[in-house]
Amino acid sequence: MTKSLKCMIALSAWLAAQPALAALNVFACEPEWGALAKELGGDKASVYVATNALQDPHHIEARPSLIARARSADLMVCSGAELEIGWLPLLQTQSGNPKIQTGQPGNFEAANYVVKLEVPRLVDRVQGDVHPGGNPHIHLSPYNIEKVATALAERMAQIDSGEAGYYQARTKAFLERWRQAIVKWEKDGVPLKGVPIVVHHKDLSYLNNWLGLREVGELEPKPGLPPTTSHLSDLLSRLGRDPAKAVVRSAYNDPQAAEWLSARAGIPAVMLPFTVGGTDKATDLFSLYDDTLARLLAVTK
Amino acid sequence: MFTRNLIAAAVALAFAGPALAQDAELAKIRAEIEQMKRAYEQRIQALEKRLEEAEAKSGKAERSAANAEAAAASASNRPASESAFNPAISLILQGTYANTSQEPNTYQITGFVPSGGEVRPPKRSFGLGETELAIAANIDPYFRGVAIASLAPEGGVGVEEAYFQTLALPRGFVLKGGRFFSGIGYQNEQHQHAWDFQDPPLAYKAFLGGQLKQDGVQLKWIAPTDLLVELGVELSAGDQFPGSDRNKNGVGGSSIFGHIGGDIGPSYAWRTGLSYLKSSPLDRSYEDTDSGGVAVTNKFTGNSRLWVADAILKWAPNGNSTVTNFKLQGEYFRRKEDGQLTYDDSAGSNLFGGPVSGAYDSRQSGWYLQGVYQFMPRWRAGYRYDRLNFDTINNGIVSNGLGPTAADFPVLTPYSPTRDTVMLDWSPTEFSRLRFQLASDKSRIGLTDNQFFLQYIYSLGAHGAHKF
Repeated sequence: MTKSLKCMIALSAWLAAQPALAALNVFACEPEWGALAKELGGDKASVYVATNALQDPHHIEARPSLIARARSADLMVCSGAELEIGWLPLLQTQSGNPKIQTGQPGNFEAANYVVKLEVPRLVDRVQGDVHPGGNPHIHLSPYNIEKVATALAERMAQIDSGEAGYYQARTKAFLERWRQAIVKWEKDGVPLKGVPIVVHHKDLSYLNNWLGLREVGELEPKPGLPPTTSHLSDLLSRLGRDPAKAVVRSAYNDPQAAEWLSARAGIPAVMLPFTVGGTDKATDLFSLYDDTLARLLAVTK
Repeated sequence: MFTRNLIAAAVALAFAGPALAQDAELAKIRAEIEQMKRAYEQRIQALEKRLEEAEAKSGKAERSAANAEAAAASASNRPASESAFNPAISLILQGTYANTSQEPNTYQITGFVPSGGEVRPPKRSFGLGETELAIAANIDPYFRGVAIASLAPEGGVGVEEAYFQTLALPRGFVLKGGRFFSGIGYQNEQHQHAWDFQDPPLAYKAFLGGQLKQDGVQLKWIAPTDLLVELGVELSAGDQFPGSDRNKNGVGGSSIFGHIGGDIGPSYAWRTGLSYLKSSPLDRSYEDTDSGGVAVTNKFTGNSRLWVADAILKWAPNGNSTVTNFKLQGEYFRRKEDGQLTYDDSAGSNLFGGPVSGAYDSRQSGWYLQGVYQFMPRWRAGYRYDRLNFDTINNGIVSNGLGPTAADFPVLTPYSPTRDTVMLDWSPTEFSRLRFQLASDKSRIGLTDNQFFLQYIYSLGAHGAHKF
């Protein structure tokens, strides 16, 4: 055998040993969409998740690593509704990737497929960092996940048409399991109906709307503004008249304000995973909901 | 038609009893039956029709409920008017209150050829900064357009940036054209309102006139790797310092740059790069005074080469920068100029019977390092150290004894300026910032300028996205 032939065999053996190139490169802006893309895409999709559960999705920087990853993405899956307005446009203009530009099939905004809550009547920053299109934190309603999953599966099949059948089959199986899980969650969640809670930011509205939790206050004086002592004192006196069962925050929120109020109002402070990876137990969408419910139900016992 | 048969059978049974009835009677009865049958049939048909209609209606109701939901979803996604195509518009308001121990109007950096840019400290007392109006939108599926006008406090509108950028080039290429901030270095591409201090580093003032904006084209390529690898090349008219307006065909200035960057775990992000800028100034002039204090014009023609090395490291716990974060940033500049210098005092003292020219070359450098720490939400503190190195200037006019002496070039007096700056800023939201800045500026030989600035920056309108 000649030397070059040996080289070629070695090279092809090395190439064969490499993990097969996934057909579809997915860039997920937030962990929940990364988890959903993994559920639907299986091993045909290679999913990169741009942020983690401990990061505030409003305040992400267009870091060099994100630009590099956005460059090779076939599909960008984000919340939309201006949640990523401070960083996503930069990834689009800096990455030199035509596929992920607005209006292209490779640009998927989940919020476009659901009915949004809290669409402001008044779009003015006097109201804080409001989102003109409505509340973008849509992923804590299981029905929204269902709608987004259906739309995302269609999009994945459109972009990677060779594997369309594979995505559709996985999506069907996922939705079946998901609908069964909803039945269970709704049964388990009955005691939460009408339970009054204080939230840190208005990022749990879809969850509250679904389970019937009653939001009686926010730690933030205005959406997006850090809690202030004067606002917290006001809230505390308000709770004296209209008490809440718990003060609930998401994993990425600074715990200080919730702990302050919890100690003074004598109600438990509850940390929710908010998204996949927010707690050790929330490893996928199913366990995210399981853990969220378990943590809330602990308050009612 | 089970019901119809049933009725017919019942009617038949009821009337079939009397067998000996007369024919006429019989015929009458038959006719009556026939009539009844027809009437029932009509009523049954009417009922069936109504049932069908009701069924169709209820189906429609279901569908229209679904449609309403979809319509609600899409209505909340897009405003349905012509103005929906309006570009994103944002406005930056800024201003300062300044106290300086030295005269800001005669500011210059000793040992370095004046760069002609906006490098002076802000005017004393209350002063309006530049008001920036930015308009941006996607033009079509292929291009994006951005225009940023600066409204000068004394009146007049300047074009800060006005460029198009491609959206659809394949393989990681982006082409930009028009007027834009050059991609060299780190801070150059950032707008003034995004800087961490009120003023630019001394090296930017000395080597780039504060900030290099140019009229030309830029081609950038992003490599398909997980590590950011960005390579860029720019061709421009080269009419901004360190170039000059040449009134010549062809390319007056060019630059190439490369940046790499990535993450170290979830908490650290970094970027570093190297840039090279070449320009060929033609009669690039600056004002100076001769040994007697009379005005002189000096002109340089030749080649100017600038190298910039930049690095930035950002830290935020788990990548969540809302509570605390830290930013360390530094850049090193090295410039080499070769050519001809002309000394012209003919409008003033006129001691040498006209302009005097001689060979001129310089090797100069400078750097800065700054750190900014957000120690609690809304509050940041920062420190910056600036230094310029005079290194060497060979002025042929002086060394060859063509007339003017070193005392006739006070700006080129060997001197290495330094500056220390501290700042504290408070940002109630990401749209507003108040900054307090103290500096001890030794840009001028023998003079220390103790500066105190209070600055405000407000941003209105479309939510801006800031670069890393």
